[in-house]
Amino acid sequence: MSSENVMSAQKSASQQSPDSTTSATSKTGQGNPVLEIRGLSVDYGVGPQAVRAVNDVHLTLNRGEVLGLAGESGSGKSTLAYGATRLLPPPGVVTGGSVLYHPDDGDPVDLLRMTPGELRAFRWSQLSIVFQGAMNSLNPVTTVAAQLTDVIAEHRPKTSKADRMARAAELLALVGIARDRLDSYPHQLSGGMRQRVMIAMALALEPRVVIMDEPTTALDVVMQRQIMRQLAKLKEQLGFSVIFITHDLSLLVEFSDRIAIMYGGRIVEQAPAVELYDNSLHPYSDGLLHSFPALRGPRRELTGIPGSPPDLRDMPVGCAFQPRCPKAFDPCGGSPPPLVRPASDPGRSVACYLHPSA
Amino acid sequence: MTSEVVLEAEALTKHFPVRARGRAALSRGPKVVHAVDDVSLSLRRGRVTALVGESGSGKSTVARLLAQLYPRTGGDIRIGGVSTAVKGGGRHFKAYARRVQMIFQDPFASLNPVHTVRHHLTRALKIHGRYTGEESLAELLGRVQLTPASLYLEKYPHELSGGQRQRVSIARALAAAPEALLADEPVSMLDVSIRLGVLNLLRDLKERLDLAILYITHDIASARYFADETLVMYAGRMVEGGDSETVTQRPAHPYTHLLVHSAPDPERVRGGPAPYDDEDTGEPPSLIDPPSGCRFHPRCPKAMDVCRTRVPERTLVGDAPDHWVACWLFEDEGRGEGQSADAETDIEVTDIETTDVEGAEPEAAEPEAPELEGAAP
Repeated sequence: MSSENVMSAQKSASQQSPDSTTSATSKTGQGNPVLEIRGLSVDYGVGPQAVRAVNDVHLTLNRGEVLGLAGESGSGKSTLAYGATRLLPPPGVVTGGSVLYHPDDGDPVDLLRMTPGELRAFRWSQLSIVFQGAMNSLNPVTTVAAQLTDVIAEHRPKTSKADRMARAAELLALVGIARDRLDSYPHQLSGGMRQRVMIAMALALEPRVVIMDEPTTALDVVMQRQIMRQLAKLKEQLGFSVIFITHDLSLLVEFSDRIAIMYGGRIVEQAPAVELYDNSLHPYSDGLLHSFPALRGPRRELTGIPGSPPDLRDMPVGCAFQPRCPKAFDPCGGSPPPLVRPASDPGRSVACYLHPSA
Repeated sequence: MTSEVVLEAEALTKHFPVRARGRAALSRGPKVVHAVDDVSLSLRRGRVTALVGESGSGKSTVARLLAQLYPRTGGDIRIGGVSTAVKGGGRHFKAYARRVQMIFQDPFASLNPVHTVRHHLTRALKIHGRYTGEESLAELLGRVQLTPASLYLEKYPHELSGGQRQRVSIARALAAAPEALLADEPVSMLDVSIRLGVLNLLRDLKERLDLAILYITHDIASARYFADETLVMYAGRMVEGGDSETVTQRPAHPYTHLLVHSAPDPERVRGGPAPYDDEDTGEPPSLIDPPSGCRFHPRCPKAMDVCRTRVPERTLVGDAPDHWVACWLFEDEGRGEGQSADAETDIEVTDIETTDVEGAEPEAAEPEAPELEGAAP
């Protein structure tokens, strides 16, 4: 866990000075970032009607790490992922920031400045996404094999058809599906199997980064655990990094290394998973952790969080959480608190006036 | 546990016909989905009963059967001890609905988008003959903590948040002043941070209005938090039931065990109990052709021969009053010792008798009867 702390310390260091360039990161050389999101802002719509869904977000994914991104619906977690990968459909507009990808060898590249051709080559081979409701993102009229080989054919046109089929079978085996399912159509598979086919497809070209947007939300807990365990194993084998997006914080605590919590389009807290669970600093993280009834231990009276999530069209002044916050005080109504390293624990970061920076 | 039983189901069964097409229509008899088989439960005044299961386990079908939205294939539903069967939406249904109300999963879909909150509540009150003017509306909204009422009455559903919408649909259900409330996943569509608010509201209503609540959920942790009693369903059958704390802390049935140990549990990072570590835990079976015997046997790590052929009966586990399980592993404990040899010969007998699952049902249908309690050690 100590290297974890170093990584996030380095991470928040780069956060405190958003303007510091890549050289700062490579100079310190502590962490080993694979994807860096810097000051990303995303709007829906343009002009006075525009709604800011993601506001100046800094986030770093280190090599071999599972980064959990938690938040309620409307907190901007999916928008952040789609904005950063340039998959956001209109009226979504990325209004600022940069997304740096660090290849295994070579200089970092900014996703937001790639030409369409570069982007096309980059997607799936370096970074892939397992979409929300992935069970329904398979094409219903072609077989699993056709969809798996399609990805490979597009990126590696020189491979032979037999090789591609062999690879597709290998991929299915990787996620624990029998080879004879290659000729199945999606409707012939169960929800859990479709989900695993989607994961296999995302891993087809051995990307370095996999973004998973609520991959298990539509599944039952038994299937969810099976897939999560498989994912953890694959990650060990293949060494990719994962950004895992979900609203289920209790799942994240168990499966991720580091957790970032979003509220109202901003990251409000970021910490190693265990530390966040043991000692959350932001009142929202605390409230969220206490919104899940425990399966073990004493039965406690839980309250959830009073009020409802903010309306992005009408955001509260100052800290977005202030109207629901039990600990709100004077400064909260001023300007939104910046995400800083708290004096109490510099290994993490939090955006709350209760925890000023050192 | 002694409070009065409001709504009771005994050996409830629902089969949905499947339309056979092509050659199947010629070659085979009519096929059915065995959505609910032999489900018995009772809802008591002032108590919350949770029905837990995976999607497709038939838990929502049970709620719809209890609400008389579907006609049942077999079994009995008794309200206040009187057997009832309602067909269609006529006078009888209205009288039934006055006593049993339902809350649906999706508050975005269960409210009419072109009508105001006032319309929704007034209509429900008038249908059930309880409209006494403005103050009855205010009282209803007050019960679900939407105050002041004037702020909400003229609002359309799209102007409300998810939590507020669900509160309006609860208020609408309360307009009938029901005795039993059937809540089908009432919080699963809501934001995480407001789920508990709605659950706490339901609990508060249960206490103040002495309601019997059926809480249907796939989240066993919330059943532990909210419900007094928990019943577990698998593939259309009930497999375990009892006090929520007992069922979640000391699950008896292998399926409940799997469910509890698969649920995300942050405590594990601090060295809590290890999760279920089997590589492949399988998938729920097709209900068109469910497995013979115990429906969990193809996935069960402890399956025995008898599990494949005969449906297990309800047996008291014995570690807590009213903790029962339908599993052959516990058969001996429930019946006392010295029966194990008999159980083995039973297997052979059933092998000869062939496995007529339908025939086994009435036997398994033994309700939560005094006989079982008498058999407890």
